[in-house]
Amino acid sequence: MDRRQFLKTTALTLATGAGTLAAPHIVRAQAAPIRIGLMAPQTGVVAAGGREIIDGFTLFWENARNRVGDRSVELIVEDDASNPDTALQKARRLVEQAKVDFLFGNLLANTGLAVANYVKGNGTPYFIPVIAADDLTQRSRIKNVIRAGGYSASQFSRPLADWALKQGYKKIATISQDYTFGHEQCGGFAQTFTEGGGTIVGQFWHPLNTSDFSPYLGQISGLKPDAVFAMETGADSSRLIQQYASFGLKGQIPMLGAQNATDQSVIRTLGPECEGIVTSAHFAEGADLPATQAFVKTYSGKFSKIPSLYAFSHYVGAMWVAKAINGIGGKVEDRNLFLDTVLKTDLPDSPLGKPVRFDDYGNPIYDVFIRKVVKNKDGKFWNLPIETYPQVSQFWKYDPETYLKQPPYSRDFQGIKKA
Amino acid sequence: MATPISQAAPSYEARTRPSHVVGWIALAAVALIALPLVLPSYQVSITTQILIFSVLAMSIDVLAGYGGRTTLGHGAIFGASTYVVIYWTAVLGGGIWTGVALGILCATLLAAVFALLAIRTSGVYFLLLTLALGMIVWGLCLRWTSVTGGENGLRGIGRPEFIADHISFYYAVLLVVAPVTWAMWRFVHSPFGLTLRGIRDSESRMRSLGYNVPLHLFIAFVASGFFAGIAGALYALFNNFVSPSTVQLSQSVAALLMAITGGVGTLLGSFVGATLIIALENVVSAFTARWPTVLGVTFVLIMIFAPEGVVGRVRILLSRRRKRQSSESLN
Repeated sequence: MDRRQFLKTTALTLATGAGTLAAPHIVRAQAAPIRIGLMAPQTGVVAAGGREIIDGFTLFWENARNRVGDRSVELIVEDDASNPDTALQKARRLVEQAKVDFLFGNLLANTGLAVANYVKGNGTPYFIPVIAADDLTQRSRIKNVIRAGGYSASQFSRPLADWALKQGYKKIATISQDYTFGHEQCGGFAQTFTEGGGTIVGQFWHPLNTSDFSPYLGQISGLKPDAVFAMETGADSSRLIQQYASFGLKGQIPMLGAQNATDQSVIRTLGPECEGIVTSAHFAEGADLPATQAFVKTYSGKFSKIPSLYAFSHYVGAMWVAKAINGIGGKVEDRNLFLDTVLKTDLPDSPLGKPVRFDDYGNPIYDVFIRKVVKNKDGKFWNLPIETYPQVSQFWKYDPETYLKQPPYSRDFQGIKKA
Repeated sequence: MATPISQAAPSYEARTRPSHVVGWIALAAVALIALPLVLPSYQVSITTQILIFSVLAMSIDVLAGYGGRTTLGHGAIFGASTYVVIYWTAVLGGGIWTGVALGILCATLLAAVFALLAIRTSGVYFLLLTLALGMIVWGLCLRWTSVTGGENGLRGIGRPEFIADHISFYYAVLLVVAPVTWAMWRFVHSPFGLTLRGIRDSESRMRSLGYNVPLHLFIAFVASGFFAGIAGALYALFNNFVSPSTVQLSQSVAALLMAITGGVGTLLGSFVGATLIIALENVVSAFTARWPTVLGVTFVLIMIFAPEGVVGRVRILLSRRRKRQSSESLN
């Protein structure tokens, strides 16, 4: 073989070699697992809710055999310790070290807001099925933060206010935990209720973890309202409902509530004192809809409890994003395509039982159930829908642009219309 | 609580030969400068966090290790600075450097207020008083929603372009932390620092010698607050977010634990303590959700086997060995 021939063959061999080596590399990149970072509080004040976030989220991926869009799914779970600084640190680790394709989760609004501010800087898609802070999909919208499976705080209390007006309630008092989530839910209720001709006779704000509600209950009964609107979460909710009954107000003044007040995480520990409370939400575990009942059955079978808000919203969120990933053949690396596709994806068959879609601000539009707590045939309490408000967006019946000109809800601004 | 800790860590620096100290510091400096070249970007940001918290822990050590006053209010002073920086830049739209200056100023003023109220007490009363004062700041941040954003906190606007990425920010922090560390070192080794140590060991003797004890403690507290404020301002740039959890008690406790783990009264031990705790948090939490338990057990073990802290313990061991060697050479 002369020198020229030798060079030719060598070059050819090298080229084919490089070609075969390079080609599988592309294939490998396609088949590499999609890495999902899930942040949930496993320690700290809301650890119980965090457990259900993990249960609901992993249940979906187990059912999907950890595959989506022809790629396998790798789930990395981190504890946000119910603390925004820790949440931020964990988000940094998931994005920068574990190189996740997108983030999911968090429970407390402050943890979600901290992480949202972080992903704003680097464009990592972040899905928040529980974080309800209004402004994340309103005044301070971040393109890559999408509320898949979640809702904005004031979204569901508006149809409830409308329902209350139809019941002939004229005077309502509100009692709520004194933080932004409470201000926003009460704001939505108070604004719709007063614009419809009702009067808010009093608003009571108590600190988180109030053990004795008697001072508030005394004042409420003194005001003689037609009904009470209670915005409570977790242990505060259980205590309020118990004390409301033991002070004899139950049966005298009907109690309405925000979704969390009668969530499964609260009422599964309560007895007859929670019966009859009316709340509003996008999910009702008692709804006689095939998809809902199938989900409730699977979940209860596996974890021996009826799913709570935290579990189903993460299940739905995962389902929603998975459908979008299937739609783009697993190409989550193309973030713009991925985010746009998620926003365009409709979900007809989720455990919510009704089709859902996104508005232009990354917040879902839901059929909202007005639900009443009743005992089911197994003797457990659950939320049964008594009326449905179709297609409720976070802007209710307002024009989004006009609505966004009003200030965000706070203790001082509740949108109450002056009579 | 304050007294036993400080007695457990008598000063050994007199026995460490200066040439050794210079050697160690040079080595540490080279290592710190070289770190970002070998570490992935996430670890660089963890190292940045360690540097920032080392400054906070050292500021506590100035009081606890040299003045004999263990404080549980420094998280609040630190966080006040963070709040001011973020409020100034994100809400009022002011410049970042003015914000940093204001943050440090506010922390120093807050420390002066704390000092006025707490300085005449000592031991467990000082501990409780600073704890209560810190809780007031926390309550204020939580409830004054219109200014602090309440539970939701405040989101920052990000760092200036030239220190936006992790590596350049790391060097920027290093550039601040190095002279600040030197300043604290000078502070505690000055005649003023010696007086502080005298106060720690015997207040009554210092008083009868004619020293103005409250004034010395006041100045030490304010200086310590100034340093904590620097750490808080850096943290504002690092975290770009502040909420009541930044000023809450657990922040003060965490920083105090860093100082104790490293060794109270060793100043530079704070670097070891901060590294140990932050690294443990990050490594252990990757393996188990029970990481707070692991952390707790570690603290208990350190308190049992090395109550004078890691650096304190090492110094004792070194000096024992040196003694043994010198006695052997005599024989």
